[in-house]
Formats: sequence, C-alpha cells, structure tokens
Amino acid sequence: MDKVSLVAMASIIGAGLAMGIGSIGPGLGMGQAIAQALAAIAQQPDERNSLTRTLFVGLAMIESIAIYCFVISMILIFANPFWSFIIK
Amino acid sequence: MEIVQLNQISPDQVIIWSWRFITLNVTILYTWLVMAILVGGSILVTRNLSSDINVSRWQHFLEVLVSVVRGEISEMTKKGADNFIPLIGTLFLFICTSNVLAVVPGYVAPTSSMTTTAALATCVFIAVPYYGISRNGILHYIKEYFQPTFIFFPFHVMGELSRTLALTVRLFGNIMSHEKVIGILLAVTPFLFPVVMQILGLLIGVIQAYIFAILSMVYIASALSTEDEGHVDGQKEGVTA
Repeated sequence: MDKVSLVAMASIIGAGLAMGIGSIGPGLGMGQAIAQALAAIAQQPDERNSLTRTLFVGLAMIESIAIYCFVISMILIFANPFWSFIIK
Repeated sequence: MEIVQLNQISPDQVIIWSWRFITLNVTILYTWLVMAILVGGSILVTRNLSSDINVSRWQHFLEVLVSVVRGEISEMTKKGADNFIPLIGTLFLFICTSNVLAVVPGYVAPTSSMTTTAALATCVFIAVPYYGISRNGILHYIKEYFQPTFIFFPFHVMGELSRTLALTVRLFGNIMSHEKVIGILLAVTPFLFPVVMQILGLLIGVIQAYIFAILSMVYIASALSTEDEGHVDGQKEGVTA
C-alpha cells in the first residue's frame, strides 16, 4: 500500500472515530443536564427564566467538547496537514 | 450554484477580487453586507424617533430589542446594564443577523469562517480585563490571578485562553457544520429535507448568537464581581470551559 492511500485511510477512519466516540460523552452529559433542568422547572416554574439561561450556558459548554471533535474530524477530512508532506 | 464548494472548509478560500496584495474574499464581502444592513437600518429607523402615542413599527421593534437585551444583562450582573449594552448588544445583533440571513440563497454566513469568530472572541478577550480594571483597579485585577495561591496563576491564564478558543470554535463549528450538512443533504435528498434543516438552522443561529452574548457577559461579570461576592451567583466557577 502506498503512502497516499495510507494517509487517506488513516485520516478518514480517524475522523469517523473522533466524531463517533467523541459525541458519546457530551450526549450523555447533555441528557443528564436537560433531565435535571426539566425536573427543576417542574418543581419551581417561577424560576424558569434563570433556570433556562443557566441551562443554555451549561449546554453550550458541554456541547463545545463535541464541537472540538467535529472540528478535528473536519480538519482531518478537508484541511489535512499531512497531505502536504505526501503530495509534493 | 454554490459559492463555497463542499470541499472548502471556509469561505475565506473563495476570492472574488484581488489587486496586488489586497484580496477581497467572500467573508469580508458578506461581513460588510451585514454591517451595512445593521448600520443603515438603525440610521433609517432612528432618524425620526417620536415619544408620543403614535410610534412607528420599526421604532417599536428596536425598542423591544434593546429592552430585552438590557433586561437580560441587568438580570445577570445585578448592576446597571448601560456599560455593557454597546458591546454585548452589538455582538448579539451582528451574530444573529449574519446567521439568520443564511436562508437567503447565495449568502454565506461570515460566522462560518474561523477568522470572523476569532475576531469576535478576541473582542471579548480584550473586553474582560478592560471592564475588570475599570471597575476594580489594575492591582485588584492582577491580584485575582493569584487566588487562592500563586500556584494557580498558570491555570487562570490557561482558562482565559482556552475559553477564548472555546468561544471561537463553538460558533464556527455550529454554523459551518450546518452549512456542510445542508450541502450534503442537497446532494443526497433534495427538495424537502434541506428545507427542514434550514428551519432548524434558523433556530440554531439565534441560539448560538444568544449563547455567545450570554457567555461573554458571564466572562465579563466574573471579572467584575470580585468586590461584592454573591451578586453574580456561582458564575465565578466553571466559566473556563
């Protein structure tokens, strides 16, 4: 197997693995956070505004982990830095 | 006819016009468009403001917008909103406009390029010490980096840098991923499905603008609230992610 197809194969498989494995944790975390926030809103409907705002901020921070994985897989597919070593 | 091809990761790579070392790419062009819409619209609306009973529709619109932003900010800081509303309101309006316009055909959201979002996050990165120093003084601000002991200094610096990176990548990743998803869906299942995804994209765009504004407000508030503890409830911890 030549170098080009090796790099291509490694980066595509790596992108898939990064996205797949990397979104497990944020998915579980966001589910937990939304469940707790819904329970809290059901208990105290008057506090809905501040609860929702805090929920959004928290969700954004959890989500950023998944976004990191996504950006890394995008870099691996679209802007792979190792291509320049292979293709002169 | 797509302006940004599917194999290009950012609209920076599409160059419309270049003369010697000056290049004009799609990001800059559409940033100018959004700026022109915001500035021109504001000038047109505020040219004849009135305070009697008959108020024009657009003045109502702007009043609602400003009062909502002001209410959100003053609810978060528990202090006046007048210091922050120029920065936070501008960030929100710019990001929201540039995301929502993405349903217009031929338009590429400037927030789907990492340069735009990095510039916006840099504004927040500079604004945090600015507001912190102007409220508490420079000595107090620097002392905050060495709390509780001096060992924590590198962690505070790392936190500042990593949250700027997180602001950048979050907005960029969300908007760019949505454009790519719509592009792929157009190739796979045309007509109905991309429309549904574009409706979802409107929601995501507004939510991302809201999150960007709220997070920058949280960061600024965490630099302010050193004097009187408890005013900003629990927002000093966990703002680094």
